Amino acid sequence: MSGMLRSLWNYRHFVLSSIRNELISRFARSKLGGLWVIINPLSQVLIYALILSNVLAAKLPGIESQYAYAIYLMAGLLAWTLFSEIISRCLNLFIAQGNLMKKMSFPRITLPVIVIGSSLLNSILLFISILGIFILLGHQFSMAMIWLIPLTFVVVSLSMGVGLILGVMNVFLRDIGQAIPIVLQMLFWFTPIVYPATIIPEAYRHWLNLNPLYPLVDAYQQILVYGNNPQWEGVLTIAVIGFLLTVVSLFMFRRASAEMVDSL
Amino acid sequence: MSILTVSDLGKAYRSYRSEWQRFAGWFGLPIKPSEEHWVLKHVNFDINLGEAVGIVGQNGAGKSTLLKMITGTLQPTEGSVKVNGRIAAILELGMGFNPELTGRQNVFHAAGLMGFSAEQILQALPGIEAFAEIGEYFDEPVRTYSSGMQMRVAFAVATAYRPEILIVDEALSVGDSYFQHKSFSRIREFQEEGTTLLIVSHDRSAIQSLCDRAILLGNGTVIKDGNPEEVFDFYNAIIAEKESSTVEVKQLDNGKAQTSSGTGEAKVEEIALYNSKGEVAEIAEVGEQVELRIKVKVYEDIESLVLGYGIKDRLGQVMYGINTWHTEQVINAPQAGDEYLFKIAFPANFGVGSYSVQTALVDQGTHLTANYEWRDLALLFNVINISKTIFAGCLWNEPKILIEELEK
Repeated sequence: MSGMLRSLWNYRHFVLSSIRNELISRFARSKLGGLWVIINPLSQVLIYALILSNVLAAKLPGIESQYAYAIYLMAGLLAWTLFSEIISRCLNLFIAQGNLMKKMSFPRITLPVIVIGSSLLNSILLFISILGIFILLGHQFSMAMIWLIPLTFVVVSLSMGVGLILGVMNVFLRDIGQAIPIVLQMLFWFTPIVYPATIIPEAYRHWLNLNPLYPLVDAYQQILVYGNNPQWEGVLTIAVIGFLLTVVSLFMFRRASAEMVDSL
Repeated sequence: MSILTVSDLGKAYRSYRSEWQRFAGWFGLPIKPSEEHWVLKHVNFDINLGEAVGIVGQNGAGKSTLLKMITGTLQPTEGSVKVNGRIAAILELGMGFNPELTGRQNVFHAAGLMGFSAEQILQALPGIEAFAEIGEYFDEPVRTYSSGMQMRVAFAVATAYRPEILIVDEALSVGDSYFQHKSFSRIREFQEEGTTLLIVSHDRSAIQSLCDRAILLGNGTVIKDGNPEEVFDFYNAIIAEKESSTVEVKQLDNGKAQTSSGTGEAKVEEIALYNSKGEVAEIAEVGEQVELRIKVKVYEDIESLVLGYGIKDRLGQVMYGINTWHTEQVINAPQAGDEYLFKIAFPANFGVGSYSVQTALVDQGTHLTANYEWRDLALLFNVINISKTIFAGCLWNEPKILIEELEK
């Protein structure tokens, strides 16, 4: 493990320049450039808000604003976008970088770190634009927002743990790469992001506790929509699970490294 | 001092009955792979500081697998590779170049991929830009480059820092000849400063001019390790080898090894060099008219017979070579027992030094369709300079030099 950290430190320049290059090449030859990073999730917000706000807006208790539903959507999507981006990029990471891994010798651990770095950057850009929209809509935000920092770490560790395990396995078993987008889509709809948890009938609501994403998305919504502190028990459980998954994934990654290049 | 030690190196590709078994294996479960495919086995060699070693072998002999394990992209299945120092490889030039980024940005990135820090790269950047010589294009996106320009930038980055070991692939022969010369001289510079070279190529002259040792890989292991000339002779013999043919290595008096191979339908019985006085000679004077006489005996009825010969310098580079296919003197349908004497007259317009003659008895223009006999170092002779003006080089090409003093 310390070897991994040391080689990461030695290659810090490479990691940073990879993240920067990804951003630059997105700007290259595109008029809107980096704006596309936020246009995508925001247009999603717009679509849901247009189609579902009449149905669902009334179901959101506790906030007065007429834009309540849009605000709620943005909070949930901020968490979801980070989670799903890291997972889906980790999933195909080693296959996409196969050529490089076969031909150049460099610490492989830099690859997932680059993914996390650039996903975090995207998430921060999205967060800033959401804040801007909140100000435009006249939505208040509170000091509870500081909790977003540790929450982001929990989201990252959970998604990196899951993503890295799936990404390593996907090299050998390509079905995983096909199945996971479907699973992600289902997870999206089973998580209260576009709808409030309260619309699920009481009898079924306990199923939500099985969804590892629920406590995290809920925490984002509590903080951004209501200005409350998150409910810590749920978040802490996920933090522990995320940590364990990260450890397992790094262990697996190390064991698999040699065979991975053989199979690419 | 040994800089690279490869000991009992082996590489196997493993497959499992189910990929889940493979996954379980990572967590320590004792699971045997269903199939093991060995690409390399028991490879042993030791390379010293400053040596230049050529790696040769046919396609599929395991050259690239070996190099990948030396550079560290592939993990060995057994044995080990010990490297004392930094390795740079000119194998995959331009790997990881992003077409949307400028040359400068790509150089930055690629040097980062080699593990250098921002300060180190900034320091080397002017040198890289100057070496690549692509002018203003350096700040244009790489997608606008020609492949030659991309090569230049990639080579400049790969060799921006002198490594302890430099691996060079035959890909180097890409690019325009000006840059080829430039890159070769940089490689030689590195070599003079003590860098160990590892060169993979099929190009005999490239290896013989740069290397002082060659390693021949075949069937996943080292089959010959020695001086390049000897290894290449052996290698050629293997290429020419057909069913029922034999490879024979004879140690000559001067310590060199003579390799002959072939299917044996025809053989060189005698070979000798005659000087201008018509005597058998081992020494010829620069520019002297000499005659090479080769007696060939046919052992089985064959369709056609072609004699080829080449004169090589002491490094094994062919000075001149031709065969009777090109001179349109093919012998048609020789029968068992026939004997022929080839008298080949030419002026010994060579530089001072030792030369060898290689012969080939084949059916057509090359030794690839049928190879009756291939013999390296069939004859050795020396060229000395008695009466001519002193000159350098391996070709006697006497000029007329006129000097005119120009008016001031």
